[in-house]
This record gives sequence, C-alpha cells and structure tokens, in this order.
Amino acid sequence: MAALQRRIGPARFAWVFLVPNLVIFGAFTYLPIALNLVYATTGGLAVLPGERSFVGLENFASLLDCKNYLDPSSCSKDLFWRALFNTARFVALQVGFMILFALITALVLDRKIRGRGFFRGVFFYPVLLSPVVVALVWRWILQREGVLNAWLVAMGGEPVLWLMDAGWSFFWVVFVSIWAHMGFYTLILLAGLQAIPKDVYEAAEMDAASPWRVLTRITLPLLMPTMLVVIVLALIKGVQTFDEIYVLTGGGPGSATMLIVQYIYETGFAAQPRLYGLAAAASLLLAGLLMILTLLQLRLNRKSYRG
Amino acid sequence: MASLAGPGVVDLLTRTRGKGRLHWTDWLAYAYLLLGVFLMFGPVVWVVLSSFKSEAQLLEFPPTALPYGQPSVRVEGYEEPLPLFRVRLPDGSVAEMAQVRRIGIQAQMVDPAAPQRVIRVDINEREPVRTLSLATENYTELFERFHFLRYLWNSVFITVVATLLMLLVNSMAAFALAKYDFRGRDVVFVLTIATLLIPPTVVLVPVFLVVSQLGLLNTPWGVILPGAATPTGVFLLRQYMLTIPDELLDAARMDNASEWKIYWRIVLPLAAPALAVLAIFAVTWRWNDFLLPLIVLSQSEQFTLQLALNSFKGEMHTQWGNLLAMTVLTLLPITLVFGFLQRYITSGIATTGIK
Repeated sequence: MAALQRRIGPARFAWVFLVPNLVIFGAFTYLPIALNLVYATTGGLAVLPGERSFVGLENFASLLDCKNYLDPSSCSKDLFWRALFNTARFVALQVGFMILFALITALVLDRKIRGRGFFRGVFFYPVLLSPVVVALVWRWILQREGVLNAWLVAMGGEPVLWLMDAGWSFFWVVFVSIWAHMGFYTLILLAGLQAIPKDVYEAAEMDAASPWRVLTRITLPLLMPTMLVVIVLALIKGVQTFDEIYVLTGGGPGSATMLIVQYIYETGFAAQPRLYGLAAAASLLLAGLLMILTLLQLRLNRKSYRG
Repeated sequence: MASLAGPGVVDLLTRTRGKGRLHWTDWLAYAYLLLGVFLMFGPVVWVVLSSFKSEAQLLEFPPTALPYGQPSVRVEGYEEPLPLFRVRLPDGSVAEMAQVRRIGIQAQMVDPAAPQRVIRVDINEREPVRTLSLATENYTELFERFHFLRYLWNSVFITVVATLLMLLVNSMAAFALAKYDFRGRDVVFVLTIATLLIPPTVVLVPVFLVVSQLGLLNTPWGVILPGAATPTGVFLLRQYMLTIPDELLDAARMDNASEWKIYWRIVLPLAAPALAVLAIFAVTWRWNDFLLPLIVLSQSEQFTLQLALNSFKGEMHTQWGNLLAMTVLTLLPITLVFGFLQRYITSGIATTGIK
C-alpha cells in the first residue's frame, strides 16, 4: 500500500479507496441496468446478450397488447395484467391500512405510558423477521387444522380454507404484510411526533383546546410532511413485495395473489422456457413506476425539510 | 429517552388531571398496546410452542396450547413400549392401563402392574393419559436427517463474510468521499446515491447473467458480492466520517502515516458507532435475504436456511414438526440480536430511516 501511494501520490489515493465499491456497483448495478435494456429489446431463449436477436419493442408490445385494458383476460399476457391489477389493489389496501394503524400506534406510543421502549419493540419485532419465517408462521396459523379455525369452531363457526379461497387469501396477504412491516413506519411516525415542538401544545393548553382539536388542528397537520414521506416510502416498498407472499400463497389460488415481482421472477426464472426478454421488459415497466414514486418522494422530502 | 419529554396529545389530558389516576383513555391505550403484544408476539409464540409438539399432536384438532405427550410404559411380555390410557372399567372405577392393540372399536388393555390379564374395553371408555412433554425430536431430527448444519453453515458464512466485506468496501468509499477533495468526487457521490433508485428486483435478470458469467452461480460468492456495495452504507458512514476533524488526519500525515494507515488506524476506530449500526442492519439483511439467493443458488447443498425453509414447505407437507422447528431455529438468532440491541436498532432507524 505504501509503495502504491508513493507511485500515485496521496491525493489520487482516494480512488484506491473507491475502486472496490465502484467495481461492485459497476458489475451488479450499472452494467445490469444497461443489460436490462438489451434483454428487453431482444428475443429468443439465449442467456448471452450476443446470441439474442434484436426485436425492438416487441416485448413491450406483447406485454401491453390488450383489447380492453380493464379486463386482463383480453390481454395476450393476461398474467402480467392480473399481476398488475393485483399489485395496484394490494398496494392501495396495504399502504392505506398500514399507515392508518401505524399512525394510531405511534399516537398511542407518544402518550405518557409506562414501558414505552418495550411496547415500541413489540410492534417492531416482526420487521426483523425474514419474509420466509413470517410466511411460514402464518401458514401454520391459517392452515385447515390451524389455531384460527379452532377458534372459529369453538365459537360455533365452520372451518375456512383461508388460503384456498381467492378473497380470503388476498385478505391474509394484505394482513400479513401489514403485520410484518407496520412497526417500521410506526417508528418513523413516532419520531415525527416527538419532533413536534412542545410550545405549540403549551399554547393549545392555554387556550383550553379539546384533545380532539389538538389532534386534528395541531398534531396531524404538523405530522403531515412525515406522513407523506412515509406513505411514498411504503408505496415504493409495497410495489416490490414478493417473498412473503410467494412463500405464503405462492401467488394462488390461481393467480389471485400474484404480484408484479413474482410475475417477473416466474417469467424469467421459474417457468420453462425462461423468457428473459419479457421479464426484463416487465421489470423496466416496474422501474418506470418506481422512478415516478421516487421522484415524488424526493420532492416531498425537499418540501418537508424546507418547511 | 428524549421521547419522555415529548408531549403527546393526551399528555395534556393527564397533566390536567390528578396525578397517579389513570384516565379512561389511558386504559384504552394500554388495552390497545396489550392487544398489540398479543398480535405481534402471539403468532411467533404459537409457532415455538407448536414446534415442541409430536407429529401426532400437531395433527390434532382443535390444537392444545401446550405440547403434551402420551407416556408409554414397558410391560413385561411385550417388546415395544405401550401407550398409557385412563380407562373407565365396567365397575365404574378408573385405572391407568397400557394399550396392547386396538381392534375396531375394541381395545385390548393391560394393567402394567399385572401384565398377565388382558381386558377388552370399548375405545370410548378410554382416553390417553397426557403429560406435558417436549417433542425435542423435531429438533434433533433436523441435525440427523435434514442437513440442517449444512444450511446453517451456508447462512452463517454468507451473513458473516458479506457483512464484513460490506463494512470494509463501504467504509473505504465513505472515507474517500468524506475526507478527500478530488476531481469527480461529487459525480461519484451522486452515482452512488443514485443506486438507491434502482431496487434489486428491477435488475434481476441481468444480475443473474453477470453472476453466471463470473462463474459464481451456486457459490456463496454469487450472493455475497452483488450486495457488498450499498448506497445506504456509503451514505451513512460518509455522514458520520464528516464529523471526524481533519486536523486529526493532518497530524497523522505529519508523522508520516500512509493514507491506508490513516484509514485503518484512525478513521475506522473513530467510526465504530456508525459501523456497529450498519453491521446490525447488514446482518439482518443478509440473514433474511431471499430473492437473490433464490435465483443464484439452485443446488440444495448451497441453500441458505431461508431457501431450505421455502423448499421444505413443499416437500415436508406432513412433517410440520420439523418445519416448525427449523422456523424457530431460523428466527432465533434475529430474535436474540433484537433482544440485546433493541434500543440501538429502533433509535438507529428513527434517525436514519433505513431498514
């Protein structure tokens, strides 16, 4: 190292520190971005870009080929559209309810309560569990002879095949995903609540404002910037949901809970033949969507710092 | 804790009321939190309890809360141990007897104390004796039959090496970006942060190609290398290193320390708190990683615990006992890390917004 430094001089030595990082970024992020464009515009079954034939926008065209865009079964790649619709529905429900519950939990944790650290940890614990573990834990609870059905029967109901029914299966996918990730957003919202200056509340106390008024006129408006950032963050993560659902339902029954990342995975890796071109085209469409969401987040972020 | 000082909505309420008495909204809050404890911990506790149940008990419906077992006894004249039942005898008395065999709705029972006399009873007149017992075979079988140690080793190797490599690579880049003034620095910084915008799911296909062309398919390095450089890590460490005074570095240069030595001996030790936070995150990311290993590792000898769990889910359809035990062992390390470092993790996330 010392010899190297003598040869290139201390100022340019900075690049020596940067090289490993840049090489890895180059090989596993920047090169893949470029390659993704190559894959998306070429067809055939070969893995090597050189052996693939150029097809232009054919992959995109076949993904977007629909007679009626509101009816997935009229599309040539109906599974892609089903996955797209499922993702939209999933994200709307998951993000909506998750942020609602995270907000309620953060408000409760922000009160003067004993054992706040413990309770904060309780809600956060599932965040650290692996998606596979999360899915298996809930599969065990939801299975036919599982504890949930036992309760249902004890209360006089009939056992339900939770993951075999399209509607229930979608419900549980949303529920489990909220269960697993809510703690993270709760923490950020709690930090946002605690950053609200004290004197605002003191002023409200002087005016004898009712708690409800304090909540709706002070707390929530002041929390809004954090809320917006958290919502967009949750949207970005939500659109990319894959592993826990893949292990919980496998996208089923049928394709009822198949989301867009699973479609990419199945098209490119699990199904035979492996259609890399189609998978890459789908992931570029996903990238476009994520880019829009990210730009939105950056905008909101800047706003929230300014004001 | 800073949070204790932060007034919430209802602090106002509690402040205006007498000390020590709980307002009804406080009761509501505690009820909500207890429900939270039940919902968040309950499922995991249930899996842990279930993982100690015998295969027969796992099939029982409705399930019992605690793992029970049916004890069996050795009875003179029978080779196998016989299961114990509590039998209601025709005279109305109840006795503990061992079952020799069951024929239709009749069971042949024998008193362990007097093994010569076999009596027949209706199967509805007997019920299994139950004692609390842990079916530890769910766990021991993992080691004997399911290559558990192999998967554990793969997971540990990938997690440890990837974390160390990531800390090294990211801190080197962070050091260069924080403490050197060179042409192109801002470009490199922006390029690094910009990779935050490229989620791994989007470049799945070409990453697979790069990994396979480098000959890293089905090797742990195929999982370790792609994640070794992270924008989050570089950013977090750079921000921290900016707070290290330049004078310290200049003083070392006066003493003829090489740039590498400055990094290794001065900057790294001073950045230890930030490195520790990043290390905790890196360990959980890598331990829980699924999608990248799923496409890179296709041979079962190379599987991580997560992949093994996923594949056993299908194969071991009837062997929930082993699957549950493996789930518990997989979540155990993360739970321990969380138990010990909970405060660092939660405050680390609240301040950096990463996970």
